[in-house]
Amino acid sequence: MTSWLLLGATEGGLFDLDATLPLMAVQVVLLTFILNALFFRPVGRVVEEREGYITTSRAEAKQKLAQVERLEADLAAQLKEARLATQKLIQDAEQDCDRLYREALAAATADANASREQARREIDAERETAFKQLQGDAEKLGDLIVDRLLAAK
Amino acid sequence: MVPLPLALPFAELEVGQHLYWQLGNLKIHGQVFLSSWVVIGALLALVVVGTRKLERDPRGVQNLLEFLWDYIRDMAREQIGEKAYRDWLPFIGTLFLFIFVSNWGGALVPWKLIHLPSGELGAPTADINTTVALALLVSLAYFYAGLSRKGFRYFEYYVEPTPIMVPFKIVEDFTKPLSLSFRLFGNILADELVVAVLAFLVPLVVPLPAMFLGLFTSAIQALIFATLAAYYIGEAVHESHH
Repeated sequence: MTSWLLLGATEGGLFDLDATLPLMAVQVVLLTFILNALFFRPVGRVVEEREGYITTSRAEAKQKLAQVERLEADLAAQLKEARLATQKLIQDAEQDCDRLYREALAAATADANASREQARREIDAERETAFKQLQGDAEKLGDLIVDRLLAAK
Repeated sequence: MVPLPLALPFAELEVGQHLYWQLGNLKIHGQVFLSSWVVIGALLALVVVGTRKLERDPRGVQNLLEFLWDYIRDMAREQIGEKAYRDWLPFIGTLFLFIFVSNWGGALVPWKLIHLPSGELGAPTADINTTVALALLVSLAYFYAGLSRKGFRYFEYYVEPTPIMVPFKIVEDFTKPLSLSFRLFGNILADELVVAVLAFLVPLVVPLPAMFLGLFTSAIQALIFATLAAYYIGEAVHESHH
């Protein structure tokens, strides 16, 4: 019962160290090299390539995002400028319109005044002449009446 | 020790019996090599299948392999440090994978269905030869790591922080492989024995919790062995700051 505990006392036992040990060591070393060639190196390359790819893609994306933000700000500024310009344009146009309207109105009023003045003057002149004529006629008639009356007498 | 007095037809307990192969005038344990070849075959099959077509968008087994690689890299990097871990990643990874697959293979593969003339198949790590071989490889590895990186300045490690430490550090060089090998050997063998004894006494249901515990222990032991190996290497290549 205790024989299997004794180191190398008899054949067999739990602590039976023999040529299995070095051969197993050689086997494990070989396995290390095989796994290094078949597993660790290729898989490591793939994983690290991917990590590199992700890092560069991320940097690129960040760069692009920054660019987009810059462009966006640019466009916003442009838009604002354009809006201001439009507003100014509209204001100018409104002012122009107003001014033109006033000018036209003033001209028309002046025109109207002038023609009314002229008409009045013409009317006055005509009335004057008509009055003078009437006066002349009346005087003539008066003279005629006076003459007839005197003749009849 | 051989068959316990109780001779039931379905379960027989054998401890310390080996299938001996004669190699010249050397004797080796055949059952250890048989099961280790199965383990190595399974590992290689997995690796070959998984790396057949490596892509940037991983598919199928490549995912598993990348997960394992990542896990092992993190372990190695954490213990050894950023500078030197690349050189030792394959060694640490091989230790972890070999021990892990051995342990789980020992617990999950129904080895008892295969009858050998003597001894029985099981986890290769339940044999002291395997674990001592692995532990001695770790010792060689950390000596080599320290000497190749620092030359003879490696031995400064023995007098740090004070020269009083010299005997302890020397003793440590012996206790490290001893504890590594016996921890793994003891855990795996004990687990197999517990399951075997329980199965021997009550063949149904009762051994199941012990089996699950065994799976857990097996994984933990593989992790401990690999982590400690990496830690010893990291200790050897560590540059102390003066």
